[in-house]
Amino acid sequence: MSQPLLAVNDLRKHFLLGGGLLGRGARSLKAVDGVSFTLEKGETLSLVGESGCGKSTVARSLMRLFPPTSGQVVLGGQRIDDLSAGALRPLRRRIQMVFQDPFSSLNPRMRVRDILAEPIRNFGLARNRADLDGRLAALMERVGLPREALSRFPHEFSGGQRQRIGIARALAAEPDLIICDEAVSALDVSVKAQIVNLLQDLQRELDLALLFISHDLAIVEHMTHRVAVMYLGKIVEIGPRRAIFLAPKHPYTQALLSAVPVPEPDAGRTRIVLRGDVPSPINPPSGCRFHTRCPHAFARCRTEEPQLDKVGGDHFAACHLDGAAMPAQAA
Amino acid sequence: MPDLKESALLSVENLQVHFRTPDGVNRAVDGVSFSIQSGETLAIVGESGCGKSVTSMSILRLLPEPPARLAGAIRFEGRDLLSLPEREMRRIRGNAISVIFQEPMTSLNPVLSVGRQIGETLRLHQGLSRKDAEERAVEMLALVGIPEPRRRVREYPHQLSGGMRQRVMIAIALACSPKLLIADEPTTALDVTIQAQILDLMRDLKRRVGAAIMLITHDLGVVAEVADRVVVMYAGRKVEEAAVRDLFRTPRHPYTRGLMGAVPRLGAAERPGAPQRLAEIPGMVPSLKTRIDGCVFAGRCPSVTDLCRSHAPALEPKAPGHLAACHYAPKDALAA
Repeated sequence: MSQPLLAVNDLRKHFLLGGGLLGRGARSLKAVDGVSFTLEKGETLSLVGESGCGKSTVARSLMRLFPPTSGQVVLGGQRIDDLSAGALRPLRRRIQMVFQDPFSSLNPRMRVRDILAEPIRNFGLARNRADLDGRLAALMERVGLPREALSRFPHEFSGGQRQRIGIARALAAEPDLIICDEAVSALDVSVKAQIVNLLQDLQRELDLALLFISHDLAIVEHMTHRVAVMYLGKIVEIGPRRAIFLAPKHPYTQALLSAVPVPEPDAGRTRIVLRGDVPSPINPPSGCRFHTRCPHAFARCRTEEPQLDKVGGDHFAACHLDGAAMPAQAA
Repeated sequence: MPDLKESALLSVENLQVHFRTPDGVNRAVDGVSFSIQSGETLAIVGESGCGKSVTSMSILRLLPEPPARLAGAIRFEGRDLLSLPEREMRRIRGNAISVIFQEPMTSLNPVLSVGRQIGETLRLHQGLSRKDAEERAVEMLALVGIPEPRRRVREYPHQLSGGMRQRVMIAIALACSPKLLIADEPTTALDVTIQAQILDLMRDLKRRVGAAIMLITHDLGVVAEVADRVVVMYAGRKVEEAAVRDLFRTPRHPYTRGLMGAVPRLGAAERPGAPQRLAEIPGMVPSLKTRIDGCVFAGRCPSVTDLCRSHAPALEPKAPGHLAACHYAPKDALAA
């Protein structure tokens, strides 16, 4: 098999929380604690999970917005997590990001033209002025904005249009991978559909890989190829869309799916309501991190941490209940 | 059919809320009418800027006037809230009508214990002593499912998780056994497993306490799970109203149909013939600062005609109990 576009091996990011002198007795918040996955060209992998599960920290570590504590990030066969800032710079072009809030992620004092031209200039992609203008015009057309809008400022646009500008900015660098961190979460329903469709079109046209971070499982199911479910800094289940949504194996995935309200008044589903809240990642539970809320926990879950085991083709889950004993999804 | 308006707990009649702004009048709510019966859950659905929150704020008279200018009538148990003196209004807020806001982080007072905050309404409206109020606060925390209520009652909002804070908000809102509970996006800021807990709690409490609920949300999934009846708002106007099953089975306004097509349904992607693309509603909401003579949705409607651009459609019954404001909405023969 050819090597994947992106391979993440045992990524960890622990944040130190002050504490004792010289770091003695200092506690750490284990935001990401051993995460591995791969991503192919033209593929969408979604990271799902609730607040604090570490999905955004994974994204930020990949972008090297902060250095990971340990683990490897391999992009197109080259390890990038240990590169110096200078050596990393040309590679940054290949991974771009679209953020959640289109109101705070665009510089209000720059015109759209300058927002989009910045990455093109930074990476020296345009040969001359005419080439730059051509690229800007093509970008605007690609994301469905009028060319005249290049001379306007972000505040003159609606939320959905701003998100289009954010996507155009990511595309300007001609990336292989775009990380969408809750990129459609802040948008209204009708606009959200427009942006989801745009992302799917772009993926097809440009063979882009998408790392789609979201808590909206219905949107994820609609547009993803594979899904990784995170809980307290770890992936508890990962697999193809069909397997995750039709036959989830991990009790957390099952609960998460059953909790999503479905817009059908007589859907008549039984819902698994989890007790309590997500525990603190500063002091996560022993054994399986989900055991404090799991409806099926038994003694072994409290002491021994389950590993991601194969439960089907390309489908892995970290749970001590073996496949047969696992309850069927409440459908 | 009995006259619903007469027996309604709350009836909003031709409500208009206009804001004066430096660049023109913003018609946030433009002639909206609906009513809520005792014990009923009415959902008001719409996207940002459709006027759903402004409507709820008007019922509580929480909008500063000016810049807001309110017209129409809001009758609660027969009294017009818009003409009550502020002193009377205060007796109603947090008592007969209470509210849960979206942000449990910002709507609790960070320097008062949760017991004090629950007790405050009880002392004000029911004249309980400090001690009795705290005792009742413990009961309320137990009612909304907070473990160890005796310990939690002395804690401060920052010591609680998001889901627990929202439970505290609900405890405050229910402390005086309101007849109407206004819930403005009560689960939007919460994670999905916590949202499931809060929705279950609201359903359970409705059965036990019997309050009418006015639920304001943009989430059609939440609507389908908890509402009895639904009002769909767009650009400051009511465009459709129906019982929840009728609305989801046969949406009659093109905007409602558009909304439903734009939301993917969990489990739908694997069904045969599932759409590869979501249905888009092209364009965006019109400015509320310019006067719209025709249909407010004309600019985005897939089946718009000249009539739509020149004449606003009246909101009329298209089937029993099903209203829609569209010239071309299908109409049943039996519609009143």
